[in-house]
Amino acid sequence: MYRSHVLVCGGTGCTSSNSQKIIDTMNAELKAKGLENEVQVIRTGCFGLCALGPIMIVYPEGCFYSEVKVEDVPEIVEEHLLKGRMVTRLLYKETVTPEKIKGLNDTNFYKKQKRVALSNCGVINPEDINEYIAYDGYQALAKCLTQLTPEQVIQIVKDSGLRGRGGGGFPTGLKWSFTAANKADQKYVVCNADEGDPGAFMDRSVLEGDPHCIIEAMAICGYATGATEGYIYVRAEYPIAVARLQIAINQAREMGLLGKNIFGSGFDFDLFVKLGAGAFVCGEETALMTSIEGNRGEPRPRPPYPAVKGLFAKPTTENNVETFANIPAIIRNGADWFASMGTEKSKGTKVFALGGKITNTGLVEVPMGTTLRDVIYEIGGGIPNGKAFKAAQTGGPSGGCIPAHLMDTPIDYDNLTAIGCMMGSGGLIVMDEDNCMVDIAKFFLDFTVDESCGKCTPCRVGTRRLLEILDKITSGKGTLEDIDKLEELCYYIKENSLCGLGQTAPNPVLSTLKFFRDEYIAHVVDKKCPAGVCKDLLSFSIEADKCKGCTLCAKKCPVGAISGAVKEAHTIDTSKCIKCGVCMDSCKFKAIIKK
Amino acid sequence: MKTLEELMALRDAAKANLTARDDSTELTRVVVGMATCGIAAGARPVMNKFVEETAKRNLTNVTVAQTGCIGMCQYEPIAEVMVPGKEKVTYVQLTEEKVARIVVDHLVNGNPVVEYTVGAIAK
Repeated sequence: MYRSHVLVCGGTGCTSSNSQKIIDTMNAELKAKGLENEVQVIRTGCFGLCALGPIMIVYPEGCFYSEVKVEDVPEIVEEHLLKGRMVTRLLYKETVTPEKIKGLNDTNFYKKQKRVALSNCGVINPEDINEYIAYDGYQALAKCLTQLTPEQVIQIVKDSGLRGRGGGGFPTGLKWSFTAANKADQKYVVCNADEGDPGAFMDRSVLEGDPHCIIEAMAICGYATGATEGYIYVRAEYPIAVARLQIAINQAREMGLLGKNIFGSGFDFDLFVKLGAGAFVCGEETALMTSIEGNRGEPRPRPPYPAVKGLFAKPTTENNVETFANIPAIIRNGADWFASMGTEKSKGTKVFALGGKITNTGLVEVPMGTTLRDVIYEIGGGIPNGKAFKAAQTGGPSGGCIPAHLMDTPIDYDNLTAIGCMMGSGGLIVMDEDNCMVDIAKFFLDFTVDESCGKCTPCRVGTRRLLEILDKITSGKGTLEDIDKLEELCYYIKENSLCGLGQTAPNPVLSTLKFFRDEYIAHVVDKKCPAGVCKDLLSFSIEADKCKGCTLCAKKCPVGAISGAVKEAHTIDTSKCIKCGVCMDSCKFKAIIKK
Repeated sequence: MKTLEELMALRDAAKANLTARDDSTELTRVVVGMATCGIAAGARPVMNKFVEETAKRNLTNVTVAQTGCIGMCQYEPIAEVMVPGKEKVTYVQLTEEKVARIVVDHLVNGNPVVEYTVGAIAK
């Protein structure tokens, strides 16, 4: 029995800022003070507030330390764990008020969140099956196997209103019922953990923080659909997630929660981890299954759908990590509980990975129907450096942007589709006034051109032509006709591509054209980039009356393009200037302007 | 594992080890003064005794925490017992034997041990 538990975040974000070293140092310090039998140090999954990592919570006080450094550990052990005095300077600033220390759930970041899929992340030790069981783990599986028929399980999932969290939003219960209806000697369950959107890390965090929950959900899906084997397709770039999944699978097998005759019900189920090599197209379900089979990851036409002919040509149910993460809670608490959250057609919660120009970079889970304004300003802490919000990109390279005037749109599947975006897997990239929307569209196209598998022509050739037109526009050589061509080509690619990658690749272009057409026009007509991003359309100059002749910019310029005598106004030779902006950053008198 | 009962037994056993992480306001809190004065007077074995006894009796509704100087250094080791909805009871000059009795009488049976409280001793 330990009197105090120290939870240290072991997610990828905090691990990369040294949380493992913090754990090791803490264990050594505890030992030196003779506290090793009183205080337990636990490595957990992601707490969500990645911007302030590494994060540590000390129980029973529940005090939340942020940005902990290895050097702070002896002080925490000496002051807090030995003498019972919190180290106030390390407390998360939001929790400290002049009168008292607030609970974590009262802070802006956590107050409006509702954690279902992430309920155990940052709470339990993901490498200890007993802690998962302590928080009601595997009860849902036991309930299904001992009290419910497969049809009843599917009915509960249908009634809950759960829809696929990978992006498309297909009703999960319906998907399960399709596989269940097909007779076959072998069926499969596949978990899609090939999270490839730039800026998305929801699935990784669930796998790292609560791997048993995915195992339990896949076994439930196997029981409901009649499958006895499952595959988790996870990218090799997620080493922590892969390691914890494997540990969790081994523990579940040892306890008989995977294997033969689970809970004495006669139901057999086993799971395997398959590593992906990081191709974006393998997140598409048919390409993913082709890759598991050992072939090159390329999509194939549907129908036949996986429910009829999926992995190894057998009926297969494929769901995303976050979809599965909701299943045990739905079975335990009932369909009505889940359906009570969210909007009319989008039930439950959604996890978002906040990234880009936002104060609280991290992982949040909110009920469906929460507005973008709440997510960005209340939970996300707003835009840093007093800049203005311009747009948020949802759904990564397959999605679109939500501009400032639509910030009060309740986020759910149908509302986002209505404004030309998509929910996507949940990456939310925030952009401020300094981002050029044409450049953003170019960034995502650059990604899809690289990631197009090359099987079908509209996607392989079409996306490249799109990128070339965008290049032309951002380098100041575009014409108004190019904008029309761009739009026409977008629709052509959407209609004719084989799989989801090509069908959605033009979305970033279309949505920026829809909401920020004026920026495109500024690039082709005025030959200006309003946000000051596209280098070919920029020029730097020095305002003579503001320049004090301090020579700092001339010293910093990497190409020697700035000249001038001491204490006299300097000038920039635009033929030599490479537009790196170093001079502007270094000038103390704001004398350098960018046009 | 073959039955739901087995799973529930395992859950209850595992849950008992995680009481420290429960931050609900329903819990009874035992707070031991652990400043220099407290430690010098022997607060560490006193606190460990609280942890040991509550674990032994499976009191999953009790957490044991430490705090800084309570302010009456001459009466250390001091512990405060806070039962939700009841007035705080402050015990002073504690020993391991006194703790054992407090756990049984106060935490299990709900009867504060008046003779160990600051009111009785600091007269």
